[in-house]
Amino acid sequence: MTDDTTAADRATEEAGMNTEAVVLTGAEIVCECLLREGVDIVFGYPGGAILPTYDALTKYPQLHHVLTRHEQGASHMADGYARATGKVGVAMATSGPGATNLVTGIATAMMDSSPIVCITGQVPTGAIGTDAFQETDVTGITLPITKHNYLVTSLDELAEVMREAFHIARTGRPGPVLVDIPKDIQNQSTNFVYPTEPVTLPGYKPPRVGRADQVDAALKLIRESRRPIILAGHGISMSNANRELAQLCERAQIPVALTLLGKGAISEQHPMCLGMMGMHGGAEVNHAIQQADLLIALGMRFDDRVTGNLATYARNSRKIHVDIDPSEINKNVNVDVGIVGDLGEVLRQLLDRVERRPNDAWFDRIAEWRADSELREIVRPADAPQHPAVPEGKLLGAQVIRDLFEFTGGNAVTVTDVGQHQMWEAQYYQHERPHSLITSGGLGTMGFGLPAAIGAKMARPDQEVWAIVGDGGFQMTSMELATAVQEQVNVHIAVINNGFLGMVRQWQEFFYEERYNQTPMVNPDFCKLAEAYGIPAARVTERGEIEEAVNRNRALTAGPTLIDFVVEKEEIVFPMVPAGADLDDMIRRPTPEEFERKRRERAAAAEAPEEAAPEPEAPAAAATVGTRFGV
Amino acid sequence: MAKHILAALVENRPGVLARVSNLFRRRSFNIDSLSVGRTQRENISRMTIVMESDTAEADRLVKNLYKLVDVVHVDHLHSQPSVVRDMALVKVSASSDNRREVIQLCDIFRARIIDVSADSLVVEITGEEEKLEHFTELVRPFGIVEMVRTGVIALGRGGHTLKDEGYKPNRGRSSSRRNVL
Ligand SMILES: Cc1cc2nc3c(=O)[nH]c(=O)nc-3n(C[C@H](O)[C@H](O)[C@H](O)COP(=O)(O)OP(=O)(O)OC[C@H]3O[C@@H](n4cnc5c(N)ncnc54)[C@H](O)[C@@H]3O)c2cc1C
Ligand SMILES: Cc1ncc(C[n+]2csc(CCOP(=O)(O)OP(=O)(O)O)c2C)c(N)n1
Ligand SMILES: [Mg+2]
Repeated sequence: MTDDTTAADRATEEAGMNTEAVVLTGAEIVCECLLREGVDIVFGYPGGAILPTYDALTKYPQLHHVLTRHEQGASHMADGYARATGKVGVAMATSGPGATNLVTGIATAMMDSSPIVCITGQVPTGAIGTDAFQETDVTGITLPITKHNYLVTSLDELAEVMREAFHIARTGRPGPVLVDIPKDIQNQSTNFVYPTEPVTLPGYKPPRVGRADQVDAALKLIRESRRPIILAGHGISMSNANRELAQLCERAQIPVALTLLGKGAISEQHPMCLGMMGMHGGAEVNHAIQQADLLIALGMRFDDRVTGNLATYARNSRKIHVDIDPSEINKNVNVDVGIVGDLGEVLRQLLDRVERRPNDAWFDRIAEWRADSELREIVRPADAPQHPAVPEGKLLGAQVIRDLFEFTGGNAVTVTDVGQHQMWEAQYYQHERPHSLITSGGLGTMGFGLPAAIGAKMARPDQEVWAIVGDGGFQMTSMELATAVQEQVNVHIAVINNGFLGMVRQWQEFFYEERYNQTPMVNPDFCKLAEAYGIPAARVTERGEIEEAVNRNRALTAGPTLIDFVVEKEEIVFPMVPAGADLDDMIRRPTPEEFERKRRERAAAAEAPEEAAPEPEAPAAAATVGTRFGV
Repeated sequence: MAKHILAALVENRPGVLARVSNLFRRRSFNIDSLSVGRTQRENISRMTIVMESDTAEADRLVKNLYKLVDVVHVDHLHSQPSVVRDMALVKVSASSDNRREVIQLCDIFRARIIDVSADSLVVEITGEEEKLEHFTELVRPFGIVEMVRTGVIALGRGGHTLKDEGYKPNRGRSSSRRNVL
């Protein structure tokens, strides 16, 4: 969270702007405000109702405008920019269809608390409500998917609205804010003085420090616990509380589990870090949560992909929940101690007094669960004995991600799309630093990956950025390849091409008796597609080819690159907690031993076909798996 | 389950009513009544929200109301002494034969007759909800032609006052903003 006034002041100084009155149009005031908020890039797409602002942009060369190929791309790019830096990302679009095209990106940012400001043109004030050409009620449409939104009703309030928009987007629990500006207001002129007093909103006061009595109560629970576990979420990195988290877990000897968006909250190489929890989290992590006697939830919102069946979730534990949003406390999971505040502040309050307690027995138990998980692992070094489930000579999506992790030294910023490849990234790419994994968690928006990666790379040009996308989601926004070329954005695209809407296929395999309805895809040749845009591309079909292809593209530092990884079509993301099942009732990949036994049984059954199929074993989730017990 | 009365002070900004009512729908809060009106402060309106729910649900609504930028203050009025009123206008059919009976009922309930025509009366009645309900039950046999209720409004008694001190309207804001609710 940036302090509002200082950021604006700094921007003012840097830009050499004075604070005396000048005559400016509404459109120029918009640009002026963007500059003062420290904006350097605007992602957008022009059209009639926003044209005055596009014209004004020509006078503000410090504001670099990126022409996307679809407004959805603009909102995702602004989001990627924001997630990569913690700064506010900006998207701009015209009224009507321009504004509605932003919607998916706004909802995506809302679900994951990403700070973006969207500026839309609106029909002139006098035409509002008349169904004028390209009029839509965009403040109405986005009301439930923005943190706040504005329809500017007079030029006098424009600058103040812009400042409030940035303030609301970046402070407290961040989120998207939309400002809708009628065309006539963009055109009108006024004597403009940039307001300098800090933004005050009587109904908006983000909390900071936690209440002392609740901090005491939390310390008491920590002291009394034998099997504590920290659940670290997105809030840690949003609050820049990464160092405090590491200190807390080290000082109190408490293992840390991560949500998908919590990846990067603490280094996954850290000995206390267990990895991801939830639907596709590590089995050992989910067991630990279910067996814990204390959950310490930090900046995570107990999403249903994290808890599974709420009725049986961590039943025997006491719970502490720290969140900046009071409405998250006791929303999904009732807690013993709820602390409302900014994580950095609250963690420092806790750190002052937390005691060191050895939890060796607890770590030993977790290590046992982990050893079992390792038996089932399919991604192994090439020279190690392989799991028998790995098909000879086939390329696995999971392997691709692990190798990408190795060959990029774990240092890349990765941006994913949504699906199986996203879960493999979460499982096999270990992140060390905050803001190094950018992924659509809450909305699960296919098509997010490529544009968000472009936004992230433009925000942090010094960083290696990989877009890891599925063949399905890639095709939802692949037109943004042109944007990447036009802007010469050096993002490396890895298409995990399984010829399927893989994650949906997996659900059909498990829960719909392998009826793969509408999930196989006839795809274009992705290399040729890239070539049509002038993008260097390569195809990889074997594990042995990964290193060379990755390194070749990493060496290309101008413009985008692409690798089409043609992977096993029917691979499964293990483990999996079926939606609504108990968190520790996971569908697991068999151990090599179990795998061989099942293979023998199946061969025997094939020889005696008339024999009735054995009754499926009772109710564990594993029984819901289809006939394959797959990769 | 109990009746919860919440009072919210909101800034008079365009769309504030839409934001609050969208919240009810979006998070599936079941609201019995909602009434909105101006206050002694130029930029502040007051909403009274009545819901039948358990306390946890009411708390959840309070927290979610606070998330709205335009909501300045929210209070649970059931947790403090307060005065609660609802008002109804009831058009009762009344011919010369039975008009007297209706008028007598009105007297008992301290309801006022504010319009008379050949075959009906319009009655204004104020009080707690139960009183209004009781009254409408009793006049129902005469025939209720139409009726309207304001929904509940409420104030804390004596020193129980909703805090909006520290509230400063934004410079030049309210005057330029139309369509307040
Ligand atoms: C295909 C698919 C599979 C998935 N599987 C999994 C899975 O297996 N495991 C998993 O974890 N997720 C999974 N997800 C993601 C999941 O849906 C959620 O998006 C994710 O769990 C949310 O993580 P979070 O609660 O940490 O982050 P958010 O949803 O971003 O919540 C962050 C919380 O932090 C709070 N906060 C923000 N700033 C601060 C601050 N300064 N101080 C204090 N608090 C703050 C916010 O108020 C909020 O409550 C999956 C998603 C998809 C699409
Ligand atoms: C916009 C959108 N539509 C539909 C879905 C549902 N969905 C989730 S994952 C998935 C399949 C993704 O397929 P692909 O992009 O090929 O990735 P894979 O799972 O094969 O790695 C679908 C259709 C979604 N998340 N987003
Ligand atoms: Mg796919």
